[in-house]
Amino acid sequence: MNIEPWFLRALIGGIGIALVVGPLGCFVVWRRMAYFGDSLAHSALLGITLGLLTGIGVDPATIIVCGLFAVLLVWLQSLRILAADTLLGILAHASLSIGLIAASLLKTVRLNVTDYLFGNVLSVTNSDLMWIYGSGVLALFLMIFLWRSLILTTLHEDMARAEGVNAFAVNLCFMALMTIVIAVSSRIIGILLITSLLVIPAATARAFVRSPEGMAVLAGVLGVLSVCGGLYGSLRFDFPPGPSIVVTATIIFALLLPMMLLVRNKK
Amino acid sequence: MTEPLISAENLSIIRRGKRILKDISLSVSAGEFVTIIGPNGAGKTVLLHTLMGLIKPDKGSVTRKHGLKIGYMPQRFTPETTMPITVARFLALVRGVDKNAIDNALELVNAVDVAQRSLSVLSGGELQRVMLARALLHKPDILILDEPTQGLDVGGQLSFHKLLENVYSSLGCAVVMVSHDLHLVLASTGKVVCLFHHICCSGKPSAVAKDPQFTSLFGEDMTRMMAVYQHNHTREHEHEY
Repeated sequence: MNIEPWFLRALIGGIGIALVVGPLGCFVVWRRMAYFGDSLAHSALLGITLGLLTGIGVDPATIIVCGLFAVLLVWLQSLRILAADTLLGILAHASLSIGLIAASLLKTVRLNVTDYLFGNVLSVTNSDLMWIYGSGVLALFLMIFLWRSLILTTLHEDMARAEGVNAFAVNLCFMALMTIVIAVSSRIIGILLITSLLVIPAATARAFVRSPEGMAVLAGVLGVLSVCGGLYGSLRFDFPPGPSIVVTATIIFALLLPMMLLVRNKK
Repeated sequence: MTEPLISAENLSIIRRGKRILKDISLSVSAGEFVTIIGPNGAGKTVLLHTLMGLIKPDKGSVTRKHGLKIGYMPQRFTPETTMPITVARFLALVRGVDKNAIDNALELVNAVDVAQRSLSVLSGGELQRVMLARALLHKPDILILDEPTQGLDVGGQLSFHKLLENVYSSLGCAVVMVSHDLHLVLASTGKVVCLFHHICCSGKPSAVAKDPQFTSLFGEDMTRMMAVYQHNHTREHEHEY
């Protein structure tokens, strides 16, 4: 079988995303921030549109918009006027709707919104690959560098602070990590689907490991398997690639579910 | 006179226009055992956080001895069930500890058998002993414990305080503890500080129990209960010696 270059790019890009999103997804699960990540991804559409409109490029614009959105979210949460999930419910869909309206106003470029909402990993370009691997290496490096502080802050913020961890800086770095990774990968996997790649591999890995590091590595591996399986399904049966990846991840989860229950009962 | 480990002078904390703490002056010397009591919302946790330097006082000052090592047990530590982590690994997150130190700390709190267990499956009593071991791994000059027996049944409270007493007498570090188990802590505590935004009264347990401020804060029943336990405790010691 000879591999087309566009398929090879999709494979390399997808694997790169999965390797970063897997470990990051563990923190999303531990910190119960799945909905936060989802909201962040929703704001990406506005970033993409602004990127095309202003000509500064899709990736930088998305990172800026997602970053501003994250700051807004954290600030509104700190006011404590609404429960966190209510607030996210408002902002996630508001930002998606604003993005959709902005996209409809684009006159010069016709934006295929569906491609962004549900991803089109098959159209990954070389410049996308550079963004994926550039941001990915940066994100992994940050995660490894901050690992102990991130784990401590996740377990108990005051305890971490009492031990000299600058919890504010650590949380800020974590936000930056999430922003960059989601901004770069949501467009490719799908704005509405990226959360599943954060959550499903991490959730699947949980039962089979005994350490946070183990969970991060296994989540990365399961993410890569999902990408490979999903792209195979996309190539073989002409499934849309984003949903195909998510369904593969879900099938892996479902197949391992009986074993998860078995492992849990043994503990 | 030796320098106190931690001393607070006229410290005040104001949040949203309300004074959470008002003119607190307090010092803890090496080897001292201080118990902070007070109703819910009295500012006990805020006081501990300010003493540790997690919160900056709005007025007044807190001085900690240079290089002071603190072992801290936070209030209500509930391990995240979605994070897989064993007790041994959790303890290894303390900077600069090796396996030996972890084994020793677990031995000190009678919890060697839980080392390889998952943190999230521990019982309340086991978890509190692990948290104490973690605090001890910092080789503390002072232990700061925020309601360490919260959520434990009476048996669990009793055995935790017994353990703490052993640790205290064998290690000789100072202890500052917030606790509601008045009748149980009187045995070990040298000094009681009764807090309700300000220090209502402080001193030896017997003196505090007689203070009218204490009675007005906790009611007659509590005062009587304390007096009874105080009395019993003294008698026990008469038998011992």
